[in-house]
Amino acid sequence: MRQTLRCAIRLGGTLCLLLWLQAAAFAAGPAAEKIVIVADSRRFTGWRAWWMNLYNESHLWFALLTITIIPLLGVILGVLTDFFMARIGINLKSRVLAEH
Amino acid sequence: MEWLYITMPISGVDIFWPGLIILGLGVGMIGGFFGMGGGWMVTPGLNILGFPMAFAVGTDIAHMAGKSLISTARHARFGNVDYKLGVIMIAGTVTGFELGAQIIMWLERIGKVDAYVRYGYLVLLTLIAWLVFTDILKKRRKDREALAAGRQVEALSTGIEWHKTLHKIRIPPVLDFTRAGIRCSMWLPVSVSFLTGLLAGVLGIGGGLIRMPALIYLVGCPTHVAVGTDLFEVAISGLYGAGSYTYKGRTELLAAVVMLIGASVGAQIGTVATKYVKGYGIRVFFGVAVIGCAVSVVFKLIAAAYPAWRLFFDVAATILVLGLVAALSLYIFIRFLKGVREELAEKRRLVGSGAR
Repeated sequence: MRQTLRCAIRLGGTLCLLLWLQAAAFAAGPAAEKIVIVADSRRFTGWRAWWMNLYNESHLWFALLTITIIPLLGVILGVLTDFFMARIGINLKSRVLAEH
Repeated sequence: MEWLYITMPISGVDIFWPGLIILGLGVGMIGGFFGMGGGWMVTPGLNILGFPMAFAVGTDIAHMAGKSLISTARHARFGNVDYKLGVIMIAGTVTGFELGAQIIMWLERIGKVDAYVRYGYLVLLTLIAWLVFTDILKKRRKDREALAAGRQVEALSTGIEWHKTLHKIRIPPVLDFTRAGIRCSMWLPVSVSFLTGLLAGVLGIGGGLIRMPALIYLVGCPTHVAVGTDLFEVAISGLYGAGSYTYKGRTELLAAVVMLIGASVGAQIGTVATKYVKGYGIRVFFGVAVIGCAVSVVFKLIAAAYPAWRLFFDVAATILVLGLVAALSLYIFIRFLKGVREELAEKRRLVGSGAR
């Protein structure tokens, strides 16, 4: 668990660096080509309608939220599956095989 | 049976969600085992499930980032991730990838980009497959010769040893990479990552397929460390790619989340399976995966060259890729089960002998 969190912190730090790099790249280059699709939010209610409206209103916020949700969910699912894997009773902290 | 389908908010298509979970599970296992994102496997799979092509790549990259994060955390526990090496390589990967993307835009302007990219991809895959199998054959010959001479086979012996020559280039700063057990100039991993990033950018792939063998043969990482460190790279570049594709409106987050549920289980199985397989065992199956990928590219090239046969070869390529995903994930799952069973039996035996 601590290892997962440590890994998440390291990834978070690197992500910040990357976001800065990406922001610099966007500032330097021409505007990115977007697909012109407007999500039809009339068919939905609740969170899905909100999600589609966010997509329609700002691709930037939509992208920022996506890259926040994905690693967050990765950590949550990782910790959960880690918990179940640990129940099997195998050694999950070291590997005996040491060769090329 | 309507409950088995879910409407994607952005693209508006109905998708069979258990298919997404199964696909995530399969590529999760393969990714955790070989240290790659597996974009070449996921995209045709998503397409079969009815995903519009424009959303397939972005969705795949988004799920890949989350899945690789889970695998990286697990590999880190086994001591398979060299973070220092990974962080140094990120700068090269990102710069190379951006330059590759610029080259591809230039190629698009002069036309025929698809054919050039596919032929380039094919050449690269053939080279990687040749490299992997030459290395395996060389290592076997070395081991045979050692046994014939009455010497013991070295655990750390390798077939192809290009990295040893590259390590002799000592342009400062020279760094120690403890986990990988190597000492080399910082510029070696930087240039390797720049080159692999450049190729990934030109070919429009995640890069794990190229970076994993590059880490082994050029940087000199042991197989397990190459897998773990590459997954760290895939997680980072995946997040970068997810941000970029989502900004361009090409990601269906709901599908990525559903896939991630299957992938989180698959990634754990694939990663734990590496505990029970020797480094060269991983290399053999990696080589098989590369050959499968190359054959699917050949099918796509034939489909593009002969429009009358287009449907046949397109379908054949998809069947081949999905068949390969099924076969490889089944192999990994069997190795996982076998390894777990043996480890638990050994544990029980030790407890039993301790009690006596």
